[in-house]
Amino acid sequence: MDAIVVDGIRKRYGAVQALDGVSFRVQDGEIFGLLGPNGAGKSTTVRVLVTLTQADEGAASVGGHDVKRDANRVRQTIGYVPQDSGVDRFSTGRETLTLQGRVQGLGGKELRSRVAELLELVGIADAADRVVDGYSGGMRRRLDIALGLVHRPRVLFLDEPTTGLDPEARVALWAEVSRLAEAESLTILLTTHYLEEADELTDRLAIVSQGKVVAGGTSAELKAGLRGDAVQVEIEDGRVEDAKSVLANVGAAAETVLDQLTLVTRVPDGGRALPGILTALDAAGVGVVSVSVSRPSLDDVYLHYTGRDFTSEDRGDA
Amino acid sequence: MIVARHTWFMIVRQTRNLMREPIWIVLMIVQPMIWLLLYGQLFKNVTRLGGFGTTSYVTFLAPAIVVMNAFFGATWSGMSMITDLDRKFVERFLATPVSRLALVLSQVVRSAITAGLQALIILIVSLALGVHVHTTVLGWLVVIIAAMLVNSAFAGISQAIALATRREATMIAIANFIGLPLLFLSSTLLAEAQMPHWMRVLARFNPVNWGVEAARSVVLPGTDWGSVGWHLLYLAVLSAVTAGLATWTFRAYQRSL
Repeated sequence: MDAIVVDGIRKRYGAVQALDGVSFRVQDGEIFGLLGPNGAGKSTTVRVLVTLTQADEGAASVGGHDVKRDANRVRQTIGYVPQDSGVDRFSTGRETLTLQGRVQGLGGKELRSRVAELLELVGIADAADRVVDGYSGGMRRRLDIALGLVHRPRVLFLDEPTTGLDPEARVALWAEVSRLAEAESLTILLTTHYLEEADELTDRLAIVSQGKVVAGGTSAELKAGLRGDAVQVEIEDGRVEDAKSVLANVGAAAETVLDQLTLVTRVPDGGRALPGILTALDAAGVGVVSVSVSRPSLDDVYLHYTGRDFTSEDRGDA
Repeated sequence: MIVARHTWFMIVRQTRNLMREPIWIVLMIVQPMIWLLLYGQLFKNVTRLGGFGTTSYVTFLAPAIVVMNAFFGATWSGMSMITDLDRKFVERFLATPVSRLALVLSQVVRSAITAGLQALIILIVSLALGVHVHTTVLGWLVVIIAAMLVNSAFAGISQAIALATRREATMIAIANFIGLPLLFLSSTLLAEAQMPHWMRVLARFNPVNWGVEAARSVVLPGTDWGSVGWHLLYLAVLSAVTAGLATWTFRAYQRSL
């Protein structure tokens, strides 16, 4: 059964078409990733699914409940861990969790033991009775996740769970999320703009760009879909057209041109093709500044489907 | 039922957070004392002008200070909503089955409870200053209720402004803009008999003055219970209206997400 079904949702904020017909399905028990740069529509998609906002068009359901018609059922089914944690600075971890449990309808002994269990599970039991103001970034994130889990939801939404964490804490949190998914038999939808996070953590993922899903599948499927290695050639200014025709002649037609200087081409065996490419460019008088060969990565997948370089788009200068 | 339970949870939370900022509690207790002592001394001889219903200015002033304090407290109550919005606290709860009404009502009720407690403290200090509440226990109760109703009436407006503007600076500007004019358009500091005619007319429509009239009437001799009842009723109706307004702006906020 599908835990999440999203069918052609659209959402406009003023002049910005935040979602332009997003569709995907998440199976029960899966860790599913929405990958894309800031502003691609990942968070908006999540906000529609957790009933914070409504789509203008299209339909979506979580745990079999329609997010528009059965919003309250959806809210009982899900845990939502937003990007910015909404936690009282002067409440303790235990108090914060207890309040969250109460509004989810828990109480008494059951709630007390659930809160204690969760504090243990996410590894902040030692700090349970200290005020959140003194927590480190990683501890807060763990508390945020515990907050989303207090009522034993079926589906957990993690919006940019590791943004703002240092690399060490990030890796620790990945392990944590996988373990929690197992321990609480959860379906998880997470958004991220870290390629390695999507690669490491998710069973399947969808690449989101400009309000649309441009590709989907397992990370391995997406990479295999590219067939071959990426060869990036950075050339001297002004010779892009010459370089293009040279590459086409040696059977390595450029797929993409980045920033007017770098050509990306895809060949079955990059190492073997490279001498031929360089010789042909040299013969045509095109100066080469740098050249690199890489096995397909999610970065290449991203580049392939959106025609844009992930890193530069993420910086907002695409 | 759910609304009442969730409102209670949120009030407990807000109160707990306040209790952990001791400076706030000190200010909350000391501030009204300053009003009482400062104004009490400054205008001590003004009762000679007549129309005050007592020769003791502090007796005339004490019930009004209770109401004024409740009113000022209310104008600021939206600040805590803005903090909750800024910190995304509200958003996190909107993704749970929490009662939406409770998120707004808890702010108003918490504000009114605070005003009630402050009223009690001011009354006790007034007692020490020699203020005699003519109608005794029932009088104390009326003063406290008047304070809480004035507070909830304006807290509703403050919440609505907070939800509509979502900006602290705007909030502060509006609180200052309405605070002092409404104070001076009432008989808080001066007997009605000493006010210009046009101000007396305007004061009749001023909810702050409704509270002052009710509270003062039970403190001074010659209590007019009919007038007390009407004034409290006006305030109760106004509180319901402004709570409705706050709820409506909360819906608008939700739609804007």
